[in-house]
Amino acid sequence: MEYGIDLEYSFNEFLKGFGLSSEIAHIVWLPLPMLLVLVAAVVGVLVTVWLERKISAAAQQRIGPEYAGALGVLQPIADGLKLLVKEDIIPDKADGILFTAGPILVLVPVILSWLIVPFGQNLLISNVGIGIFLWIALSSIQPIGLLMSGYASNNKYSLLGGLRAAAQSISYEIPLALSVLAIVLMTNSLSTIDIVNQQSGAGILSWNIWRQPVGFIVFWICALAECERLPFDLPEAEEELVAGYQTEYAGMKFALFYLGSYINLILSALLVSILYLGGWGFPIPVELIAKFLNLPINAPFIQVFTASIGIVMTVLKAYLLVFIAILLRWTTPRVRIDQLLDLGWKFLLPISLANLLITAGLKLAFPQFFGG
Amino acid sequence: MSIAITTQIICFTVLSLVVLIGALGVVLLESIVYSAFLLGGVFMSVAGLYLLLNASFVAAAQVLVYVGAVNVLIIFAIMLVNKKEDLKPINDIKSRRIISTSICLTLLSLLIRVDLTNVWSLSSPQNSIGEESTIRIGEHLFSDYLLPFEVASVLLLMAMIGAIVLARRDVMSKDISTGLPVDQELIEKSSEPLLTNKN
Repeated sequence: MEYGIDLEYSFNEFLKGFGLSSEIAHIVWLPLPMLLVLVAAVVGVLVTVWLERKISAAAQQRIGPEYAGALGVLQPIADGLKLLVKEDIIPDKADGILFTAGPILVLVPVILSWLIVPFGQNLLISNVGIGIFLWIALSSIQPIGLLMSGYASNNKYSLLGGLRAAAQSISYEIPLALSVLAIVLMTNSLSTIDIVNQQSGAGILSWNIWRQPVGFIVFWICALAECERLPFDLPEAEEELVAGYQTEYAGMKFALFYLGSYINLILSALLVSILYLGGWGFPIPVELIAKFLNLPINAPFIQVFTASIGIVMTVLKAYLLVFIAILLRWTTPRVRIDQLLDLGWKFLLPISLANLLITAGLKLAFPQFFGG
Repeated sequence: MSIAITTQIICFTVLSLVVLIGALGVVLLESIVYSAFLLGGVFMSVAGLYLLLNASFVAAAQVLVYVGAVNVLIIFAIMLVNKKEDLKPINDIKSRRIISTSICLTLLSLLIRVDLTNVWSLSSPQNSIGEESTIRIGEHLFSDYLLPFEVASVLLLMAMIGAIVLARRDVMSKDISTGLPVDQELIEKSSEPLLTNKN
């Protein structure tokens, strides 16, 4: 399956043409995809914030942002600039070191998880062997940052919000990991590239959502809970806890939380599309289109077409899921903390365990459909 | 010296320094919250050391289990209690410190001796398995290490049942810490009355 555009190889060859050694070329190459993904993540956040404002407004029959740019598209940039120039306040009785380290610990693992998000056959930062497991491990660091900022704020609402966030994220990590495990069982690999390739056989028909409908719903619920989106936004429930762990935060430190939660939302949507909706795959296999057009699959035109359609499909699927998440926010009431824990431990955990068991059984019974 | 090796040496030095200083901080710092957070940092750096050894699966498992589960639960428990109480002064603190220091030094010298006398089998970089280690670990867990693996899971199950029995009040008729009869009505209620009677 080693076809597709290999930008790294071409770039290295290009630099070697100037007489640089392959090591230097590699070092020059390394920061480029990281920067690109970082920029993509931040732009994704800006788009999501604008979408959230506009869709929320539509759901409540308002107009929403209107004056900053056409249809208010510049509103998120204005928000960001406002947060950037605001005074950075550390409360007098707060613990300064932990107060500063908390938001960083929340944001860094989320950004690091973008390492494994593929936008095409070779369009990802690093195809690490542990792939999706890296994301599960990294997302478990986040509650430490939340607990840290909740504690350091020296405020009872912050502490309660931090504790709730930790309890919630511990509870929902287990069904999340179990539903990912069912996918991994079908793929025989943890790598995100292999997971997408395994779904690329027959276009939309071979997507994992048809083989893992239960896993898809469990994963989506757990991803929403991990992102602290409504109906699971208990850690920052504004009617009860002011703003939870971010009550005392202002300026750029607050912006880090804000950025972190939106990057996490986009990341979760991307991962749902990679795990269950065929990743960069087009609903009709590109091979079929190439055959229809009588073009060889390695033709330059088809290669560029495949790569661009891959990026468009990944982003489109992810934003469709973001749209559903925003609609869910305005159509579902918030659950209580006991309902939240009941749902996690007594409903999702047994269901995802049963799903894993049934997947293993089906894999043994029908190896051609459920991965040999 | 190539750039890759230099990077490795720098990473190793930084990680080992963080592990050593962090571990000392966990033991020596007065504030239990700082100790708990530093413990998380130590676990993370150990995961970084595993990464340097090309064991990415072990590193991720270390982060997931030790940082994501163990350390979060420790911090969670500390914050749930969150009681600032002055510890009682211990009478013979000096002799206790001397004894514990000597025990620790003995253990350290034992470890150093083991390190120096043992012949470590170092695998060359050529035959290290790297990315395939996940598959290899799975094979070992289901063949020659099956019994220890299953025994460990039974142990964890026993610990969990024990914790549930201790935590649930309808199992025991008496509170374990106070010896008072247990209030069966509300689990979340405080075991001590919140407002003391003034009359």
